[in-house]
Amino acid sequence: MTTDKAIEINSLSKSYGKAKALDQVTFDVQRGEIFGLIGPDGAGKTTLFKILVTLLNADEGTASVDGLDIGRDYRKIRNVVGYMPGKFSLYPDLTIEENMEFFANLFGVTVEQNYDLVAPIYSQIEPFKKRRAGKLSGGMKQKLALSCALIHKPSVLFLDEPTTGVDAVSRSEFWDMLHNLKKQGLSILVSTPYMDEASRCDRIALCNTGKILDIDSPSNMVEKFDGALYGIKSHEMYNLLKDLRGNKTIINSYTAGEYHHLLAGNGFNADVLKQVLLNKGHKDIEIKSITPDIEDVFIKLLSNEQH
Amino acid sequence: MSNIESTHNSYIIQVKDLTKQFGTFTAVDHITFDVRRGEIFGFLGANGAGKTTAMRMLCGLSFPTSGSGTVAGFDVMRQGEKIKSHIGYMSQRFSLYDDLTVMENMQLFGGIYRVGKKEVYSRATEMLQKLEFSSERDTLVGSLPLGWKQKLAFAVATLHRPEIVFLDEPTGGVDPITRRQFWEMIYQASSEGTTIFVTTHYMDEAEYCHRVSMMVDGQIKALDTPTKLKQQYNATSMDEVFRTLARGAKRGD
Repeated sequence: MTTDKAIEINSLSKSYGKAKALDQVTFDVQRGEIFGLIGPDGAGKTTLFKILVTLLNADEGTASVDGLDIGRDYRKIRNVVGYMPGKFSLYPDLTIEENMEFFANLFGVTVEQNYDLVAPIYSQIEPFKKRRAGKLSGGMKQKLALSCALIHKPSVLFLDEPTTGVDAVSRSEFWDMLHNLKKQGLSILVSTPYMDEASRCDRIALCNTGKILDIDSPSNMVEKFDGALYGIKSHEMYNLLKDLRGNKTIINSYTAGEYHHLLAGNGFNADVLKQVLLNKGHKDIEIKSITPDIEDVFIKLLSNEQH
Repeated sequence: MSNIESTHNSYIIQVKDLTKQFGTFTAVDHITFDVRRGEIFGFLGANGAGKTTAMRMLCGLSFPTSGSGTVAGFDVMRQGEKIKSHIGYMSQRFSLYDDLTVMENMQLFGGIYRVGKKEVYSRATEMLQKLEFSSERDTLVGSLPLGWKQKLAFAVATLHRPEIVFLDEPTGGVDPITRRQFWEMIYQASSEGTTIFVTTHYMDEAEYCHRVSMMVDGQIKALDTPTKLKQQYNATSMDEVFRTLARGAKRGD
């Protein structure tokens, strides 16, 4: 069956006892798209992955992968998807080479057959191919897991938190690899708790506690942010936060690094605020208008939910 | 930051040429730095740079091969046990007991650090009130959301009122709102005089710190305020500073 959608999800729900892991989740992933599922632990990311790769049944709703139904066609789906679970799940007692051959065998292919696809990633660890997987560093394990998930040339790739616990430079290199795979025509669903990785996706879904808060391109997400955001600092950051919280012209204020961020409300005036803070004993005050990032968007969406 | 400068130049950590070798491998290579009392000090580096090894030496869990220095007034070469009892430590893996309640965890750790029973009870009650968490004092820790566990772990790590707390990637996996609440707790502890020594993979969190050090291949390659580091490396964010420094790294994790 041909369809322009790599993944279609309609009202998927899943509960574990009383806990709702997924609550009416609906979205599509286009072919050749890198779609990011962005949210903290407990957002339901792993549950959704397991349902889509047919390792877990949903309670309600339907979904298809590469035009195949997750219920009826589950055997076919397993042949066309590549899945990299959040936990390292290769065989620690097998070498790099043996793991690769094992996964190729399972899918009835050879490593040589699809070498071109995995080469840019696999060649980086190939010099150590006689090393056991259990003895590899985090970065090397990640590359081996991705190579094993790709060896049967899947059409849709599922990556569950591939960059968690990896330093900023290695994370950035990993995203470069994903963009190379996209060029080769793969569709990719990838989850991450790092909001700064959102910009590397074509579209993202922000999710929390089983619900999708919003879906859009990262740039649209920031553009449609409704409200004026300011960065502010003084010589006493903790007291500054307490003083901002007591101010009626400010809707929300929170820590954000060198500057706190504040969302301006009715009657907000930066000069007036500065004077108020000077009177309260703050020194070296700086207030500047800023462009929101994905975390600001996420916080605003979450605050709207909670109120 | 003036509140730190006014603490009369007193340092909670002072180490010189601290080195740790495992066989022929030099994990930490002659690091020298100071941390001021009340400071929020960010300890950053790529995977495999030697952060964990360095942190273990500063916490009294591992003796240096060579070098000298003090943590909380005790000798890093000889007084590991003394250091352990005078610092707070929160590991990246959640370290509370899932099948004990919130209060039982506080009592257990209070006991380990030899805080009197009554004192533990009153401090724990006060902390739970501050966290607006009193209603959950008899809840099993295992059933709490991750964000709450992390905040609770911080409270437990500071229950014995250490002068310095070591936090090893405290905010991994938590949502942005909880992450910010966690940093508020850090700011608060710092404003009350507790020194915070923190590692993180979130580069934006480096900007919360008063000063930041960057470790590459076992050595400290840069140490300054985030503002000055950004100026020095002509960068707009700490992420850029980190990339510039870590790109040259020879060691992976």
